[in-house]
Amino acid sequence: MTSIIGHYTTRFGELWDKSLYDLVEEAVFGVLENTRMEKGQIDAVFYGNMLGGILENNVHGGAKIAELFDTHIPMFRLEAACASGGIAFHNAYKYIQAGAAETVMVIGAEKMTDYPAEIVVSALGAAAAGEEQEAGLTFPGLYGILARVYMMKYGYTEEDLACVSVKNHFHGTLNKKAQFQKEITVADVMDSAYVASPLKILDSSPISDGASAIIITKNKQLISKAKYSINILSSAVATDSIALSKRANLDELAATVHAAKRAYAEASLKPQDISIAEVHDCFTIAELLAMEDLGFFQKGTAGKVVRDYVTRHDNDSAITINTSGGLKAAGHPVGATGIKQLGEIYLQLTGNAENRQIKSARYGLAHNVGGSGGTAVVSILGI
Amino acid sequence: MVGIVSYGFYIPKNRIRTEDISERWGKNPQHIKNSLGINEKAVASHDEDTLTMAYEASIQAFKGSNIKPTDIEAVYVGSENHPYAVNPTSTMLAEYLGVGNDYTAYDTQFACKAATGALFSTLGFVQSGMVKHALVVGADKATGRPGDPLEYSAGSAAAALIVGTQKVILEFLGGTSYSSDTPDLWRRDGIMFPSHSGRFTAEPGYYRHILGAAKSLLAKYDKKPADFDHAIFHTPNGTFPARAAKAMGFTIEQTKHARVVTELGNSYTAAAFIALCSVLEHAKAGQNIFFVSYGSGAGSDAFMFRVTDEIDSQRKGLSKSVKSKNYIDYVTYLRHMHINQG
Repeated sequence: MTSIIGHYTTRFGELWDKSLYDLVEEAVFGVLENTRMEKGQIDAVFYGNMLGGILENNVHGGAKIAELFDTHIPMFRLEAACASGGIAFHNAYKYIQAGAAETVMVIGAEKMTDYPAEIVVSALGAAAAGEEQEAGLTFPGLYGILARVYMMKYGYTEEDLACVSVKNHFHGTLNKKAQFQKEITVADVMDSAYVASPLKILDSSPISDGASAIIITKNKQLISKAKYSINILSSAVATDSIALSKRANLDELAATVHAAKRAYAEASLKPQDISIAEVHDCFTIAELLAMEDLGFFQKGTAGKVVRDYVTRHDNDSAITINTSGGLKAAGHPVGATGIKQLGEIYLQLTGNAENRQIKSARYGLAHNVGGSGGTAVVSILGI
Repeated sequence: MVGIVSYGFYIPKNRIRTEDISERWGKNPQHIKNSLGINEKAVASHDEDTLTMAYEASIQAFKGSNIKPTDIEAVYVGSENHPYAVNPTSTMLAEYLGVGNDYTAYDTQFACKAATGALFSTLGFVQSGMVKHALVVGADKATGRPGDPLEYSAGSAAAALIVGTQKVILEFLGGTSYSSDTPDLWRRDGIMFPSHSGRFTAEPGYYRHILGAAKSLLAKYDKKPADFDHAIFHTPNGTFPARAAKAMGFTIEQTKHARVVTELGNSYTAAAFIALCSVLEHAKAGQNIFFVSYGSGAGSDAFMFRVTDEIDSQRKGLSKSVKSKNYIDYVTYLRHMHINQG
């Protein structure tokens, strides 16, 4: 069995006084301190980052982290757009399973606020299909199309989408690492400016800086010595056509459906066994699609579920979603998001989620999406 | 006693309302008013610029004072929009005013605090006895890129202060500065509109420097907010100075006369002096004034002044200029700012 034995996440937000590798350094030494481990106990590092190459002309991240570690162990930088963190974790887990290492640190980090929004949006656009970029589609535009299809097909409104933001902002107020610590109302969302109709500013995750790290190991001694540990039950990656125009259905992300199916099978669990999930809510519509594609709710019903705030942490329901605040309120430093999600599940399953702790959770799920569903990573964790 | 012996200002009559800009960009005007605290801004005409407005403000400063232009031995003009990249505004101004030739002059540039920086130097210059009288002017015809948030705030105005030692209306009690290399707003030579980094201009820019200078001034002279009757915090918009004043422990009562930005917009280099001119319309002899500017790049100059008995002889009504206005539409605004010429 491979376990997560420690986690650290920096504050997410506009961290103007920190560079990309300041954030990585804080996460590396933060997780070492939390686990009371030494650098020398780490056999390899997997690092998820999307934009370092585009924004900073800085891609050789493994060697940069080696400098922080003062070591010669193998290090890998992985990229799958906003799923960079998730695939770093997936590959680290498979690396251990393959016997290449016992103990691996997985880091996700992103530095986005040093650049004007239009440059960041254009850089993020690099994860979309070339012909759709040429047609002028940005990520808000792509998710706007998905939202329009979902609303038309199942009869939902912009107010229904807004409920996702309201819930996640509420969760954000309970997470001191979250970028936004402020509650909002449906009226606030409706009153905010359109980014790509029907999606508005307050339907959208922000541009953020941040880093997150976990340590995973199959070393039994380390696991039994760890103050808190959870088991990795499965991790699955699935892909789909990068272009929306090539997809069979626009009311789902097929990559999520496929990854989830495999992850549940590998863990021998059903969606109903999961009581806590961190899902990829880069836009409000993305959380609705995830709730259905992960099998928590029937296709076409998530719009009603969110209206009743069923998945809010204080509603004691069968499934609670995005207690970290999600991408919307916790922030979305893209490479860090997938690791932060695993970190949140770790905190919840080990009873360390403080004032947002849910009652007795046994199984948790992290769902990280790259682009508008070109890649999806679903990982299931348990105690 | 060294200090300000006279002052003048010029506010162009044209105004454009926040609504008339926001509707062009499909923005909710109430959101903009709430976030910027600006209802309308003053706009210089197509035939006005930094120099013409500096001249208008300067002649008002001489009017009614016992200082003649030929008494001036130093002329400094601060602006973000000097008419020439090379060729001083200050000598053109001095020539038009008839200062003669026995004066020193230069233009200053430090975003919105170019003129308070010059005032800082001038007070020292006069205090040292090297010159008897100096003219310090802040003037700007400012705008933002169409569609940029700066478009709602960047305005036009000029203000002139004469510094001397006789018949001082505003005695200089002390000052300090706080500076760092913080590029929150910049404009390269030949580029029409400034660039800025959004919210970065707030916390690491404005607040760090203005609060840094304000705290250092109070500490240096062992003063507290309650020792002052009026407080002026630089006015890039209506909300920043209110938050800064509150953070320092100043009351709304102490800052109420400095809030003309709401109706005039941010006249960049002139803005701090315009707020001071507004306070001087109401200030009484014996009152103390706390005055802190901010310039992107970044720095703040903080001053303490005491109003003297001479104030009544020099008092001028800025409120009359605030009320004297003529509304223009967005296209007229673009024409006045020469934006149609690219």
